[in-house]
Amino acid sequence: MVGSSGRPDETPTTGHEWDGITEFNNPLPRWWLWTFYATVLWAVAYWIAMPAWPLVEGYTRGLLGYSQRAVVAGQVADRDAMQARYVERIAAASLEEIAADPELLSFALAGGRSAYAVNCSQCHGSGAEGAVGYPNLNDDDWLWGGSLEAIAYTIRHGVRNESDESRYSEMPAYGRDGFLEPEQIVAVVRYVLSLSAGGDGPVAGEGADIFAEQCSICHGEDGRGSVDLGAPNLTDAIWLFGGDYESVLAQVQNSRGGVMPAWGERLPPETIKQLAIYVHALGGGT
Amino acid sequence: MRVAANCLWLGLFGAGGLYGLLMVQRAVDLGFLLHGILFLAFCLAAVALTVRLALSPPPARALPDDRPHYNDAIVRAGVIASTFWGLIGFAAGLWIALQLAFPALNFDLPWTNFGRLRPVHTSAVIFAFGGNVLIATSFHVVQRTCRTRLAGHVAPWFVFWGYQLFIVLAASGYVLGITQSKEYAEPEWYVDLWLTLVWVAYLLVFMATLARRREPHIYVANWFFLAFIVTVAMLHLVNNAALPVSFFGSKSYIAWAGVQDALTQWWYGHNAVGFFLTAGFLGIMYYFIPKQAERPVYSYRLSIVHFWALIFLYIWAGPHHLHYTALPDWAQTLGMTFSVMLWMPSWGGMINGLMTLSGAWDKLRTDPVLRMLVVSVAFYGMSTFEGPLMSIKAVNALSHYTDWTVGHVHSGALGWVGFVSFGALYVLAPVVWRRERLYSQRLVEWHFWISSIGIVLYITAMWVSGIMQGLMWRAYDSLGFLEYSFVETVEAMHPFYVIRALGGALFVAGALIMAYNLWRTTRGDIRESEPLAGSPAMAPAAA
Repeated sequence: MVGSSGRPDETPTTGHEWDGITEFNNPLPRWWLWTFYATVLWAVAYWIAMPAWPLVEGYTRGLLGYSQRAVVAGQVADRDAMQARYVERIAAASLEEIAADPELLSFALAGGRSAYAVNCSQCHGSGAEGAVGYPNLNDDDWLWGGSLEAIAYTIRHGVRNESDESRYSEMPAYGRDGFLEPEQIVAVVRYVLSLSAGGDGPVAGEGADIFAEQCSICHGEDGRGSVDLGAPNLTDAIWLFGGDYESVLAQVQNSRGGVMPAWGERLPPETIKQLAIYVHALGGGT
Repeated sequence: MRVAANCLWLGLFGAGGLYGLLMVQRAVDLGFLLHGILFLAFCLAAVALTVRLALSPPPARALPDDRPHYNDAIVRAGVIASTFWGLIGFAAGLWIALQLAFPALNFDLPWTNFGRLRPVHTSAVIFAFGGNVLIATSFHVVQRTCRTRLAGHVAPWFVFWGYQLFIVLAASGYVLGITQSKEYAEPEWYVDLWLTLVWVAYLLVFMATLARRREPHIYVANWFFLAFIVTVAMLHLVNNAALPVSFFGSKSYIAWAGVQDALTQWWYGHNAVGFFLTAGFLGIMYYFIPKQAERPVYSYRLSIVHFWALIFLYIWAGPHHLHYTALPDWAQTLGMTFSVMLWMPSWGGMINGLMTLSGAWDKLRTDPVLRMLVVSVAFYGMSTFEGPLMSIKAVNALSHYTDWTVGHVHSGALGWVGFVSFGALYVLAPVVWRRERLYSQRLVEWHFWISSIGIVLYITAMWVSGIMQGLMWRAYDSLGFLEYSFVETVEAMHPFYVIRALGGALFVAGALIMAYNLWRTTRGDIRESEPLAGSPAMAPAAA
């Protein structure tokens, strides 16, 4: 580490002593000094090449004419130019045409996956597995329809938001608003649970009667739901807010419904198309 | 003269007490009210203490045999405060590390969420632990190397207790939600003003002691301490320039705005590292390493050159915290080039620390306190290489905003600042309590190894996590789309957060061992044990 003069004992001390501490007067290590000079020279060279010193007005711009903003603008322009030929064709094509063209399809899947990761994964999960209150997008159970067009509409206009074209459904809060007596709610919950329980099938009785009277309008007489009304299928054992007795009871009592933004107001139409293609590829139907 | 000084102190504390009364009476928010009560109580206690000091006979500057009569009581207080705040600060760090791995530990309460506890951790370790170590060691070193008693009778105690009040006001404010949201400068205007008073008193005590020295020259450690005190005062005043909304409320607005504010903040922030955590602690290194190694400092010339180079270059380096932001290109260039030029001046301190061991390397085997001091210098060298490296824009593009930065800070904080402080506390305790030696060398050995393993776990976990995070953020696929969502990077970091918390737990465990060892030392206990080096070949060790 030290040069030939590095054997401290051969070097005299400065002659002072403080609380028992003395100091050798070794010369500066050569490697240290030259490395320091080298960094200074490098800095001067860098100042000559790059924007560096402020002046009264403006600053020294450097021989290379570097500008951080220009670099970023160039990178974004390169990316846009590379994607433009796909994006233009996606803008002109229908969803079916995109899905039928292998080149456009692979671009839309990549773009949709990226847009999904940035915009959708927060609620629907990074694997689109959903969470309580946020639908799983991998299964073939679609509240508002699983076709390309239906998915694109849901993404574009969202659910229960303030836009006029939003998907909208609202289940009554049967308990909270006093539409049904507590015993009736218990009966209808037991009936609803029996719809997906398998075995002997639905149990007839008071619950079935109440269901036919109150619920079948939206959920259908057989409980299979309706994508036109956004009413979930109650027979497939897929539950948005949980399928145990307590969860279903809570839903009938108080009624909950999630909100999804109208992404068409935030993302360009080509991106909505790519998202629809991607989400359809996850678990879409016809 | 003495009477006049005592009257001045009483007047100051009396006026402070009156303002404290007003704070309590007129407070416009709850936090300010609580701080008013604290401040009032402090001023009343200060008046009582000053009266007691004024009535007691003044301490002699020299003992009957003409040896200086050192003020060791203030250093003892500093050692206790350092140890206490160290434990608080390290434990707070462990807690927030666990919060990052297991968010349920936020407890869904405003007072215990990460955003409020993080500044408690950073302020407790930097200002409470580090600051008390600096006050204790600088007061010790300046007396010994000037061969004179510390200047002032009330003043040193005002510095010590006033600084503790600053810490309590700052930390309790964070928990209550009082912050001006400047990193490492979170305390609000009234706490800043109080610290200014304390800091001016600190500077005066230090300079008055230097002025009455009985040595012809000022020892190098004192240059570093003085540079630290003066520069921190300047940084503090400029960065905290603010206008309070009310003189009886905690909220204020900073005088700077936009990118000017950001640059002022990082000029402050980086020089808090440079002058608080580097220059000040180099002062500690320059006294305690030659003292413990019983060897002359390697090179006086190197100490002069690297001191001035460090002081001149450090102050320019702040803009490297704002690469690729709205900060103009030219300012980024200056920040980066000055950071790279800072590499060798920083290493000058490392060389002087390590080469002082020339001819005494064998002591590393037998003296765990010296080993701690030397390893701290090695960590210093590593961090001050990593720092310039990370300031280079191409590297910074990857490292910025990632855990790599957190790892870098902690290799400096745990390895350099932590270990050099522990070493200094181990050397100080027997001296200022006038004990024969530390209670147990073997416990120092345990502290050294447990904490070293903790640091290695911490730093490596953050390196891997940070570089992975940076690479995931910038990953694009062949069609120009981002590869990962943000939450995927968070998921990927989880195991490293757990490893980091484990490293932190080991560091806390080491500090607890130290606290126990120091406590037994102050009581004058000595633990008899076999020589440390177990094998016969190494046996002649035992100090």
